[in-house]
Amino acid sequence: MSETTEIVRASLAKRYARERRFRLLGLASVMASAAFLVLLLGNILTKAWPAFTTTYVKIDVPLTPEVLRLPDAPDSEAIASARYGRAVKQAMRDLFPDVSSRSEKRALYQTVSAQAEFTVKDAVIANPELIGTTHSLWVLADDDLDTYRKSKSLQAVPEEDRRFKDFQVTWLEELSAQNRIKTSFNWVFFERGDSREPELAGIRGALAGSFYTLIVTLALSFPIGVAAAIYLESFAPRNRLTDLIEVNINNLAAVPSIVFGLLGVAVFINFLHLPRSAPLVGGVVLSLMTLPTIIIASRAAIKSVPPSIADAALGLGASRMQAVMHHVLPLAMPGILTGTIIGMAQALGETAPLLMIGMVAFIVDVPTGITDPATVLPVQVYLWSDSPERAFTERTSAAIVVLLVFLILMNAFAVYLRKRFERSW
Amino acid sequence: MNSFTDAALPATDSTATTKEAPDLDAQLAKFTGTVGNVRVDNAKMSMTGVDVHYGDAQAIHNVDLDLGKNEVMAMIGPSGCGKSTFLRCLNRMNDTIESCKVAGSLTLDGEDIYERNQDVVLLRARVGIVFQKPNPFPKSIYDNVAYGPRIHGLAASKSELDDIVEQSLKRASLWSEVADRLDNPGTGLSGGQQQRLCIARTIAVSPEVILMDEPCSALDPIATAKIEELIDELGKNYTIAIVTHSMQQAARVSDRTAYFHLGRLVEVGVTNDIFTNPTHQLTENYITGRFG
Ligand SMILES: Nc1ncnc2c1ncn2[C@@H]1O[C@H](COP(=O)(O)OP(=O)(O)OP(=O)(O)O)[C@@H](O)[C@H]1O
Ligand SMILES: [Mg+2]
Repeated sequence: MSETTEIVRASLAKRYARERRFRLLGLASVMASAAFLVLLLGNILTKAWPAFTTTYVKIDVPLTPEVLRLPDAPDSEAIASARYGRAVKQAMRDLFPDVSSRSEKRALYQTVSAQAEFTVKDAVIANPELIGTTHSLWVLADDDLDTYRKSKSLQAVPEEDRRFKDFQVTWLEELSAQNRIKTSFNWVFFERGDSREPELAGIRGALAGSFYTLIVTLALSFPIGVAAAIYLESFAPRNRLTDLIEVNINNLAAVPSIVFGLLGVAVFINFLHLPRSAPLVGGVVLSLMTLPTIIIASRAAIKSVPPSIADAALGLGASRMQAVMHHVLPLAMPGILTGTIIGMAQALGETAPLLMIGMVAFIVDVPTGITDPATVLPVQVYLWSDSPERAFTERTSAAIVVLLVFLILMNAFAVYLRKRFERSW
Repeated sequence: MNSFTDAALPATDSTATTKEAPDLDAQLAKFTGTVGNVRVDNAKMSMTGVDVHYGDAQAIHNVDLDLGKNEVMAMIGPSGCGKSTFLRCLNRMNDTIESCKVAGSLTLDGEDIYERNQDVVLLRARVGIVFQKPNPFPKSIYDNVAYGPRIHGLAASKSELDDIVEQSLKRASLWSEVADRLDNPGTGLSGGQQQRLCIARTIAVSPEVILMDEPCSALDPIATAKIEELIDELGKNYTIAIVTHSMQQAARVSDRTAYFHLGRLVEVGVTNDIFTNPTHQLTENYITGRFG
């Protein structure tokens, strides 16, 4: 008895020291990963920050019939096809009457976005009584002006190295002095699809594309994956064949994603003639990728449910299906959902296979269904990061932020679902 | 005789295990076939030549036994002798263990329950079981008891189901403790309460045969007495097989008693006779406390 006490006491210091070392090690690794995360997020957020605001210019648009080239007593069709671009140009010339050279005039017109004439058009269509008056309107500024305003570092760059020249800077200063410049939240970025003009390029198209693609992926891989896991765990006999299937599923999880893209082109586009660049094909290809993840996680979750629970149901005369559906599956659900969300997060960030099936195209329209041409968030990031304009650089980071927020929302939803299911324990 | 006492001691030192092997042989040498009458006139279930293997290891050796109609059969024997294994054969719960192979003939009302076209769902609705380890569903107390009646469609209405739940809980003498918290999880009950919940869950289906594997192992004397009352009462209309480690309990509740030893059915007889006048030496050793 006392001998045991002696031996235990002698080893205590050593045991505690080991525990302390382990704790320190754990803490250090947590700190290191946290530091990397902060660094990464900080970097992206500071870069993305400017993209969330944009500059507007107030112009006084002369909406006279002469400028708009409108007949007397115009009908709605005439109003829709009126020359609003002329009105915007006229407004700009009115602001700076001294500008005379052709090239400077062109620069002057480009101070506001090409979108400006449509803003004017919408205003007139909404209120035709404006015709004949001079109407003050906030229109979107060009991206060069916008970037110059927002970037201190760009302002310090010598004139020949920047796109926004000194004479344009004087215009900007004059407009500011007249209170014709304002900064506001960049709704355009969230309301529009892609565009060649950075100030008009938005994330909405890619967001919708990602959404539809993930819906297809989830709709396919979740039921199939869970059904496969249930079958393999609860019904399949243990034999050579099921062993082979198991090995193959594990292998499938390790196949490089681009291979699935090639498969997608060969089977879904060339053979089945499904539409190119569509979330439908993207979703199917991604579900091939996420299936193994979901199956493996679901099997582990089902396996971890104590067999005594299923026994209890079977002992009462439940069929195997009932025992699984009523008892095993609900208890395995938290684990299954975790696996599913990991798979979906992988799918959300996947680029390579989608490039293969043509989801890399330049698509302006926001997709409204799973067969519309679309692109997805990571591909959009990739596309923008390739563009030389400074405004696209900040939009690239902003798109990454949107991607991360999407991911966080998805995870939060999964955590919520998991909590709901766990309550039934 | 002394050698048995030694074997009964827990193996605290290594020498005991080496001593045990010849003892097992010595014990088996004494077994020459079941003593007593395994058959009854009006058998509800009838087992003949039952062998059970877990993989290569044989857990039950050639057991013949009848369970009579409205009879309470107690199964006793040292730990690991195969009582649970045998009990689980009677409603094919061993099907869920992959390595387990059952051979021999087992009939319920004359029909072979291991036959190919035997419906296990129906069988288990007729032969209910209370497991050795309490295993309530991680659901509410109400849902635990209501589950069987629900899947079999035994209640036509909600009030009828409420009634079944209340009656079952009352008969398992749990009602007074849980009446005001039927929505609480069954897993939140104490060990003994869980055991009674599992009993209530099984009798809610009103099976014809009820198998109980140590149903009172975690109960205090008062709850035990109530369960024994329940068994007494159920025994009037149902066939019951109960595994127990308590001789007193076996003596109190059962009509007949079967003594198992190392996978063999050593002796069967009317309970009174077994406890007052055991025939086989192994049985005598066990019930007089010299083994187990
Ligand atoms: N699932 C299993 N797989 C392999 N062997 C098993 C399994 N279950 C039981 N056994 C073996 O079968 C034998 C009988 O076990 P069983 O559970 O029937 O004993 P028991 O009489 O119920 O004992 P106790 O009184 O301790 O509950 C034991 O030797 C045990 O090791
Ligand atoms: Mg047992």
